[in-house]
Amino acid sequence: MSSVFQSAGSEMPWVRRGLIALALAFLALVLLLPLAAVFVEALRGGFGAYFEALLEPDALAALRLTLTVAAIAVPLNLVAGVVGAWAIAKFEFPGKQWLITLIDLPFSVSPVISGLIYVLLYGAHGWFGPWLAERDIEIIFAVPGIVLATTFVTFPFVARELIPLMHEQGREAEEVALSLGASGWRTFTRVTLPNIRWALLYGVLLCNARAMGEFGAVSVVSGHIRGETNTLPLHVEILYNEYNFVAAFAVASLLALLALLTLALKAVLEWRHGDQLAAGRVALDRAD
Amino acid sequence: MAELAASAPLPAYHGGSVLPGFRRSMLFTLVYLGVIVMLPLAAVLVRGFDEGLGHFAKVALSDRALAAYKLSFGAAAVAALINAVFGLLVAWVLVRYRFPARRLLDALVDLPIALPTAVAGIALTAIYAGNGWVGQWLEPLGIKIAFTPTGVVIALVFIGLPFVVRTVEPVLADLGKAQEEVAATLGAGRWMTFRRVLLPAIAPALLTGVALAFARGVGEYGSVIFIAGNMPYTSEIAPLLIVIQLEQYDYVGAAAIAVVMLSVSFTLLLAINLLQGWSRRRMGMGARA
Repeated sequence: MSSVFQSAGSEMPWVRRGLIALALAFLALVLLLPLAAVFVEALRGGFGAYFEALLEPDALAALRLTLTVAAIAVPLNLVAGVVGAWAIAKFEFPGKQWLITLIDLPFSVSPVISGLIYVLLYGAHGWFGPWLAERDIEIIFAVPGIVLATTFVTFPFVARELIPLMHEQGREAEEVALSLGASGWRTFTRVTLPNIRWALLYGVLLCNARAMGEFGAVSVVSGHIRGETNTLPLHVEILYNEYNFVAAFAVASLLALLALLTLALKAVLEWRHGDQLAAGRVALDRAD
Repeated sequence: MAELAASAPLPAYHGGSVLPGFRRSMLFTLVYLGVIVMLPLAAVLVRGFDEGLGHFAKVALSDRALAAYKLSFGAAAVAALINAVFGLLVAWVLVRYRFPARRLLDALVDLPIALPTAVAGIALTAIYAGNGWVGQWLEPLGIKIAFTPTGVVIALVFIGLPFVVRTVEPVLADLGKAQEEVAATLGAGRWMTFRRVLLPAIAPALLTGVALAFARGVGEYGSVIFIAGNMPYTSEIAPLLIVIQLEQYDYVGAAAIAVVMLSVSFTLLLAINLLQGWSRRRMGMGARA
């Protein structure tokens, strides 16, 4: 009997090998080839040209701006994500599903529109444009606009990672802490935070990768002023449009390395702490 | 701010829990959402109709805009269908089979989400341009990919793949083999089991993944503009048209096209929410059976 079941749940060996080969060929063509192209094209002019492109003043200014923007947008969304998840996951109130949908909204908006909305508000011809111009406050075509657009685009990452997990964990642990006399804040830092730390890290990781790599939204609000309002992805575009391909791919390879580092950390988190991340995406590893 | 707190519809309401901080955290969330998300989105809707319905229709429904929607929606649909087939294949192989480097590949599936879109865009162009890695072999055969609508589809296949794989994977893993074994003992062949037992079970998740990939593809910008060619009427995507309107300081025109795209995005979001509800119910039933 057992041999019947053995063959029932699986394909003929040649079918299995064929499917694996086809999937590998597809992944190699769609994922690995572009990744390889970035590094090969970046090193086409040798290591000298590669490092020259990375250490050039405009590239360094772009790197600095990218780090600055992420250093503002990520903590903002970290706090907002934790506070929002606390309100949504630990309490019952009408309209909860709507609120979750609202938090997810930035993911379904085109990056270009994510930038456009801030131009319409704070641009020279925007709602608040004249008011801001009178006070010499620059938002669009300046750093604050880039921060705003990046914050919008990366808002959902932390909250959507925490909400399902905190909902699943319930509130008994917190209620016990409170009944034992712990203050609200102490309960949060000693009970809630340790329970969500890996999921929080996971959300921050993805939030940060997107914050540093965002292109469309930032492109609309930046104004592309070299050395001033160019982030790394925008610098890649400028170099590429100037036919300076080696430099464009060199800067791009830096961003690709960031992406690979993000994926590696994400994989480590999933393997080590999969049970403490939001349910669903870890099902694959449970099946092992 | 004090006025807002006073008028918030949550007086003395504790959200059904003794836990502290409901009103404060809810108020903070609503204000943050209002400033970062709702107010800016409201600006688009209002500005899009700033110069009346006539002007809105003239820009949002111009021939050039219609051609751009057709390309954005058409290419996103084709790419989503390609990903429906190959995303399901990849998910199946990753969940069901064991082979070297499986975990490495599984982690790499998220590359399109982690890799900045501009980087993907120039990499794909380097591969598929006429003198590129793959392009140079296709060009003599008369096949052009970069700077044509085909290039747009290629970019959107790259962008959409993780959405299908990641939605289908957990459902396939949860499914177990019991039902398939029952089908086999009842005499069903492997292909028939796949079609009659497996496919119906994963259909909601697959549809959700395809819808997510489609929604992402419709609005995608960075990975597409390098490979698309950006010729009006043939290879110009809708998000690029918004950028062009903005560069000409036509805020109302840009907002008008954005309104059309946002309406489609929100309709898709609603459909995806319904699909996910269906998918969860389906999975729940499977677990009980």
